[in-house]
Amino acid sequence: MQEGLFAQVNLPKVYRRRRLTNNFMLGLTGIALFLAIVPLIWIIVYVLIKGGHYINLDFFIHLPRPMGTQGGGVLHAIEGSFIMVIIASIFAIPPALLAAFYLVTYPNTLLSDTVRFSTDLLAGVPSIVIGLFGYAVIVVPQKHYSALAGGVVLALIMLPVVIRSAEEMLKLVPSELREGALALGAPEWKTALKVMLPAAAEGVLTGIMLSVARAAGETAPLLFTALGNDNFEIGRFIHYGIASHQSVINIIGQILSQPADALPLTLWKYAQQPYPERVKQAWAVALVLMLFVLTLNITARVWLAKRKSRIRR
Amino acid sequence: MANLKAIKRRPRWYNKIGYWLQHGDRIWKALLFLSSLLIVSLVVWIAWRLWYQSTLSRHQFGWAFISPWVPSSWNPALDKFQAWPSIYGSLITSVIALILAIPFSLGIAIFLAELAPAYARPPLNYMIEMLAAVPSVVYGLWGIYVFLPLIVVPIGEVIAKTAGQIPGLTTFFGGPMPVSGLSRFGAALILTIMITPTITAVSRDVLLAIPQSQREASLALGATQWETIWNVLIPYGLSGILGAVILGFGRAIGETMAVTMVIGNTTGGGYSILKPGYTMASIIANEFAEAVSDLHASALIEIGVVLFVTTLLLNAIARWLVWNVNHRTMGR
Repeated sequence: MQEGLFAQVNLPKVYRRRRLTNNFMLGLTGIALFLAIVPLIWIIVYVLIKGGHYINLDFFIHLPRPMGTQGGGVLHAIEGSFIMVIIASIFAIPPALLAAFYLVTYPNTLLSDTVRFSTDLLAGVPSIVIGLFGYAVIVVPQKHYSALAGGVVLALIMLPVVIRSAEEMLKLVPSELREGALALGAPEWKTALKVMLPAAAEGVLTGIMLSVARAAGETAPLLFTALGNDNFEIGRFIHYGIASHQSVINIIGQILSQPADALPLTLWKYAQQPYPERVKQAWAVALVLMLFVLTLNITARVWLAKRKSRIRR
Repeated sequence: MANLKAIKRRPRWYNKIGYWLQHGDRIWKALLFLSSLLIVSLVVWIAWRLWYQSTLSRHQFGWAFISPWVPSSWNPALDKFQAWPSIYGSLITSVIALILAIPFSLGIAIFLAELAPAYARPPLNYMIEMLAAVPSVVYGLWGIYVFLPLIVVPIGEVIAKTAGQIPGLTTFFGGPMPVSGLSRFGAALILTIMITPTITAVSRDVLLAIPQSQREASLALGATQWETIWNVLIPYGLSGILGAVILGFGRAIGETMAVTMVIGNTTGGGYSILKPGYTMASIIANEFAEAVSDLHASALIEIGVVLFVTTLLLNAIARWLVWNVNHRTMGR
C-alpha cells in the first residue's frame, strides 16, 4: 500500500512535466493580459501628458488660427461634434427603440430573427462604407457636404448599438410588469412606454451612452459627408440669423446645411500637418476626445453592472 | 341620443379610421413593424446603393478590377484603376494581425474566464473594453508618433536583416523599411492591438457559456487545469472561438483611420510587408474626397463594394458559428 503511494509520488517525470506545462501555460495567459493592458496604459498616459501640456481655456473657446501661427482652438470641432451627435441621436434613437420593442414583443417571428441578423450585419459594416453610403444618398442629391449628412451617417453607426442594448435591457424587465399592465386594460403602447420603458430606463440610457461614445469617436464616415469646416461656429449663425430676422427653422437649416467639423476629424487633419503647433493641438484634441469617450464608457458600464446585479438579486 | 346621431352622421370612413385607431395599438404595432423593416432594409439599401454607384467602374474594368494576375495600375490622371494592391494590403495586414492576435486574445480570454479571481474580473474586463473603446484616430496618432518609431522600426530592421535576406522570402520581407516606419507591418501591429479586444470578448463569452460539468469531469479524471482548458474547453468551444476570430478578421479588414495614418498610402510597395501600401479602407479614406473624375469615384466605390461584401460574409459566418455554440450549450 505504502509502496503504491510512493510509486505515485515517484512518477516524477511525467507528473512534474505536466505540472510545469500547466504553470507555464497559465502564466503565459497572465502575461498575454499584461501585454494587452500595456498599450492601453501607454496610450492613456501619453495622451494625458502630451495633451495636458498644451490644453488651456483658449483651446475650447476659439476658432483655429491660420496654419503656422500660434494659438487658436477647436471650438468649431467641439460644436460640430455636438451638433452631429445630436442629429444622430434624433435619427437613431426612436427607430432603434421601436425596433427593440418589436424584438421584445415578438421575439420569435421571421422578421425579428431577420432584424437581429441585420443588426449584427449593420454593426459589422465598416464605418468607411457607411460614409460612402451617406455620400451617395445625401451629399450627391444635395450637391454639398453638410452637418446633416454627417449626423445621418453617425446615426447609422449608433443604430445597432442602441437596438442591441435596448433589447437586452427590455428583456430583463419582469414579464409580470407587462402582463399586469395589460391585464388592467392598458393598451400595448401605454404598457410599453409607461411601464416597460421606465423599468428599463437606466439600461436603455447606458446603451445610448455607449452608442454616443462610439459615434463621437468615429472619423471615417465623416470624411466625405461632413468634410470639415474651420469656420463652423453656431454662435455666428444665430447672431446673424437674429440680426436679419430669420425664423428659428431657417437658422437651424442654415447650420445643418454647412459642412461641419468634428473632434476626430480635426485630430486626423492636424496629425498629418507639418506644423508642430498643429501636432500639439492634435494631442490636445486626442485628450478631450479620450476623456469624453472613456468617461462615457466607464460610467455606462459601471452603471450597467450595478443594475444587472440588482436585477439578479 | 343626439350623440349617437352625430356619430351616425359622420362619414363611414371616419368611423372606420376611428375604430382602427382604437387604443392606438394598431399605430403602435405599425410603428414597431415599420422600424423593424427599416433596419432590415438599411442593409439592403446600402448594398444596392453602392452597387448602383459603382456601375461606371464595373462596366469599364469588369472582373479584372479585383484580379491579382492583371498588371496593376492606379492612375487617376489616366483613368486607369485596378484594386489588387489595396486588396492585397487589406489581406496581408489583417492576416498578420490575426496571427499575432489569436494567441494573445485566447490567452486573455482563458485568463478572464478561467483563472482570474472573481474580484479581479470586472476591472480587467473594463480594461479590455476600454482598449476597444479608444477611438481609432487616437490609435493612429499614437501610432505615428510613439508606436512606429519606438517599436515598429526596430522590429522591422531586424526582420529586414534576417528574413529579408533569405532568397525565397525577400518578396515578402524585403527591406529596407522607411525611416518613419510607415508600412504594412506597422499597420498590422496596430491592428493587432485593435482587434485583440474583439476576439477576447467573444471567445471569453464562449468559454463562459461552456457547462461547468465539462470542467469538473476533466478535473476529476486527473487532468491539470491547463489540460482541461486545452483538451476539453477549447475543442468544445472551437466553432465559437473560430467565430470570434472571423469577427476579428472582419474588424481588421474594415478598420480605417488608424491604418490610414500608419500605412503610408502608396499604390506601389510590391508585396513586402515592410513597405508602405494601401488597404481597401485606407484608399477610400485617402482619395475619395479628392476624386478627380467620376470614374475615379466610381472605382473607389467599387472597392467599397468589395469591402462591404467581404465584411458581410465574414460577419454572417462568424455570427452563425457563435450562435451555433450558444445554441448547443443552451440545448443541453
